[in-house]
Amino acid sequence: MKAAITGTGLSDLGRNTGRPAMAHLAQAARRALAAAGLDRNDIDGICTYPGKTDGSPGQSPLGTGEVRAALGLQTRWHCAVPDGPSQMAPIMVAAMAVLTGQARHVLCFRALTESSSQSAGRRASIPGAGSARIGGWLSWLVPNNAMSASNWAGWMATRYCHEFGLTREHLGMVAVGQRAFALQNPAAVMRKPLGMDEYLAARMISSPLCLFDCDVPIDGASVIIVSAPDAARDRTRAPLWIEAMGAALRGPETWDQRADLTTMGAHDAAADMWLRTDFKPADLDVLALYDGFSIFVPLWLEAVGLCGHGEAKDLIAAGAIGPGGRYPVNTGGGQLSAGRLHGFGLIHEACIQLWGEGGNRQVDGARLAACGTGGGFIAGSMLLLRD
Amino acid sequence: MRPLPELTDENHAFWTGGERGELMIAFCKDCAAAIHPPQLVCPRCLGESVTPRPVTGTGAVYTFTVNHQPWHPDMAVPFALAVVDIDGAPGVRVTAQVIDADPEAVRIGQRMEIAFEQSDDVWLPLWRPSR
Repeated sequence: MKAAITGTGLSDLGRNTGRPAMAHLAQAARRALAAAGLDRNDIDGICTYPGKTDGSPGQSPLGTGEVRAALGLQTRWHCAVPDGPSQMAPIMVAAMAVLTGQARHVLCFRALTESSSQSAGRRASIPGAGSARIGGWLSWLVPNNAMSASNWAGWMATRYCHEFGLTREHLGMVAVGQRAFALQNPAAVMRKPLGMDEYLAARMISSPLCLFDCDVPIDGASVIIVSAPDAARDRTRAPLWIEAMGAALRGPETWDQRADLTTMGAHDAAADMWLRTDFKPADLDVLALYDGFSIFVPLWLEAVGLCGHGEAKDLIAAGAIGPGGRYPVNTGGGQLSAGRLHGFGLIHEACIQLWGEGGNRQVDGARLAACGTGGGFIAGSMLLLRD
Repeated sequence: MRPLPELTDENHAFWTGGERGELMIAFCKDCAAAIHPPQLVCPRCLGESVTPRPVTGTGAVYTFTVNHQPWHPDMAVPFALAVVDIDGAPGVRVTAQVIDADPEAVRIGQRMEIAFEQSDDVWLPLWRPSR
């Protein structure tokens, strides 16, 4: 018995929109309900990642309480997941909730106003900014001036390049290819063509990662509705079955103690996902792989099993993941070009592809999608299947 | 501007050993495992005889990045951030802000030694190429 995604919606994404997070959320919710053919009174569950946080402005301005109140929801299940298997954790929790009878239709959401927060001069995305003391796993990084996730991802990239000969050009192919997809996605934030020369000339952020290796902070919201199997049929769109999920983590919850930093939690999570399905990597039609930084894409390609360890650069160089490739990745432009919705936007795009609504960027006959979200030790993986 | 770590029973020795010039790493007295980040229980044998002791304060660069982006207005850039494999503590790596070196000259495998900088009640570790 499988849970299914029955509807998805994005708000009008933008940079420095000046619109409050709740306006984005409400718009995304209306669109997701319409996509599923559901009324808000049908929604009896709500889940989010990570829940309302105040420490990093714009990073998660809304919790389940405010959204329940704003949308007038009467729920039988509510949950925020700050500590779970990546940004897709609320979707996983929702799947388990509907399969155990806690709810029939769970509204999962992610809302961010990082772009407006940055423009207002507040340091979005810098953990612990403004606080005198910092605890938890961040306390091993931030006090040592490793303040940005670009630094932590930079470590992985340096080591991977050293061991396997990945070059900046390979990372550039990821960024350039996803931009080409974004040009076909009216909802993407970055709509100007990007060429390799421009990529290579961009300013360095944290070597070997340059500006175009980093995803784009935006304002926006995404809503994904997860439904019980019997409730998923006879909706407006075909149910997208959650064929398998993986959330294994076999290393410590730190960014630098994993024994092999050319692998991530992604490898553990995706391997576990494949144990729960008869499908194989070669069956995949389209992929949504976390691209908070471009280097995560080759690591996720290997985690998902499309090639061996150290071989992702060959897949990338062969054009396999860009427009027209055998395994198209992040067909809406990804976070690098469509904007950062912390994985929700990537999963939204996978659903659009499986419903055949990708317009000029549609992957013909897309039926099976792999979604992998998170970087470093944070990882969750799922397969979505259209009947 | 840079936040300091919250001091806890687990991490106090690591962040204050610099007062005596010592890099303190947690070891299990029962099974000798080196444990980082430090914790009160040994994840290998589940023993509770975990105690910090000084190691040499040297190590080798496992990986690094050069940070070019000022994440707050008074951050001087560029600087190198390494991850250093610690001598005498198998499996333990620490985040290492590199000083006294051209950041672009840092290399994987390069030998490093520790220095400390006091800030309030914390001795922040800094790393420079071994002389």
